[in-house]
Amino acid sequence: MNVLIDNLPKIISGFWLTVQLLVVSGIVATLLGTLLAGMRVSPVPVLQRAGTAYVTVFRNTPLLIVFLIIVTGLPAVGLQYSFFVRAIISLSLYTSAFVCEALRSGINAIQAGQAEAARAIGMTFGQSLRLIVLPQAFRAVVPPLASILIALTKNTAIAEVFGVTEASYQLDSLVRDFPTALWWLFAGIAFGYMIIVFLIAGGASLLERRWTVTR
Amino acid sequence: MSTVLFDVPGPVARRRHRIGGVIGSIVLLALLGLVLWKLWAADQITPKAFEPFTDPDILRGLGEAILTTLTAAAVAIVLALVFGAVFAAGRLSDHAILRWPSIAVIEFFRAIPLVLLILAMFLGFGDVTGRFWALVLALMLYNGSVLAEVFRAGIKAVPRGQSEAAYALGLRKSSVMLLILVPQAITTMLPAIISQCVVALKDTALGYIISSQELASFTKQVISGYNNPIAAGAIAAAVYIVINYTLSRIAQWLEARQRRRGRAVVPLASTPAGDPSGGVSGGVSGDGSGPTR
Repeated sequence: MNVLIDNLPKIISGFWLTVQLLVVSGIVATLLGTLLAGMRVSPVPVLQRAGTAYVTVFRNTPLLIVFLIIVTGLPAVGLQYSFFVRAIISLSLYTSAFVCEALRSGINAIQAGQAEAARAIGMTFGQSLRLIVLPQAFRAVVPPLASILIALTKNTAIAEVFGVTEASYQLDSLVRDFPTALWWLFAGIAFGYMIIVFLIAGGASLLERRWTVTR
Repeated sequence: MSTVLFDVPGPVARRRHRIGGVIGSIVLLALLGLVLWKLWAADQITPKAFEPFTDPDILRGLGEAILTTLTAAAVAIVLALVFGAVFAAGRLSDHAILRWPSIAVIEFFRAIPLVLLILAMFLGFGDVTGRFWALVLALMLYNGSVLAEVFRAGIKAVPRGQSEAAYALGLRKSSVMLLILVPQAITTMLPAIISQCVVALKDTALGYIISSQELASFTKQVISGYNNPIAAGAIAAAVYIVINYTLSRIAQWLEARQRRRGRAVVPLASTPAGDPSGGVSGGVSGDGSGPTR
């Protein structure tokens, strides 16, 4: 127990990095994932296929391999970024494929009759998107997006292996100094992750409750 | 074909789509060309970078690494199925003394990063279990907890009338479970279980952290020996993609078949795996699915 209290500053600073990774990657992945989803639902076959190929590749490759390629590959082609930036790139490339699928399933969850009705009363594409399609799609994507954010939280731990001193790295380094306190450290750091995960899950269920509509 | 977003395109719209297609192709090809040219110039995708993979020793090592990965995933999934069944039964139990610990265990292992779990297993028990089993046990705990939730959803997805009818016949809860609900739930859950195999297979790559001699660790050794991260990484990624894509397609096919037969299905999580990833997968993953909402 004392180990946790004595090393609280280290653990807190580790989690501060975890949160930074989570927020920045989350934003970048959402932007990239939205672009990909737009490509996949567009009526242009070339864009559809390119989006599908991207999603297939990144959904079936382990994140660790993505990290390995980005972290060792970027310097090899002469791009010198910090470990933090390389971790952000890896996490964003990987997570955006899942964001794309969540958004696409949200759009596909809308009954075609809704959009047909919007067109029938003379709405333009922009109006139908803004007033009919997107509001419903947003509601449908809250649960899967929350799951993706939770997975991203846990995935940031992989950055530990690639030079980012976030929360999981603290376990690695503190155990070297306090070998007998492994399970205390594990419990303390696990608890930190659980707080983040339950905050995301709680936020999502709040949103869901506020937005519940009878279908 | 009218979709939610678009009506059936007329001649003007079709021309617009064609123009969009041409512009899109040019942009994508330019991007791809730039990346490939950069890599070629840096000697990363030239034949020289792939040369190690013509060496019989390296190829043998690659084969062994793939075998280790597949073995770890298979053993972990089998153990996870048992673990999941036990804890799903505990979670569905009428006795609070069984239910609450089961819930705690399931939620705990789903909420913490697998990396942390693998590290703790290895640091705590590594000298007894060795690297391979530290990885497999961590995978079992995580995937077993996810599967426990899948089983619970599967049992709940069986139409209510089935258990009501069984109770009406005078069967006890245990008989209702074993004779009526579980057999029907198994077919329902098969797609989700196969998806979880993909998550587990992806997550074996985390063995890299403790150098457990699977495909990711092997790739690292090749890269450090020959400085060809892109070529070696691409080969490793290709192996994973081929295996996982095949598994995903089988899961989708099974799910579609069940929908056609009008059976209930446990929806496939499109989340990364712990990935997941996570599983995000999915996972999935994973997934990577969070605590129950």
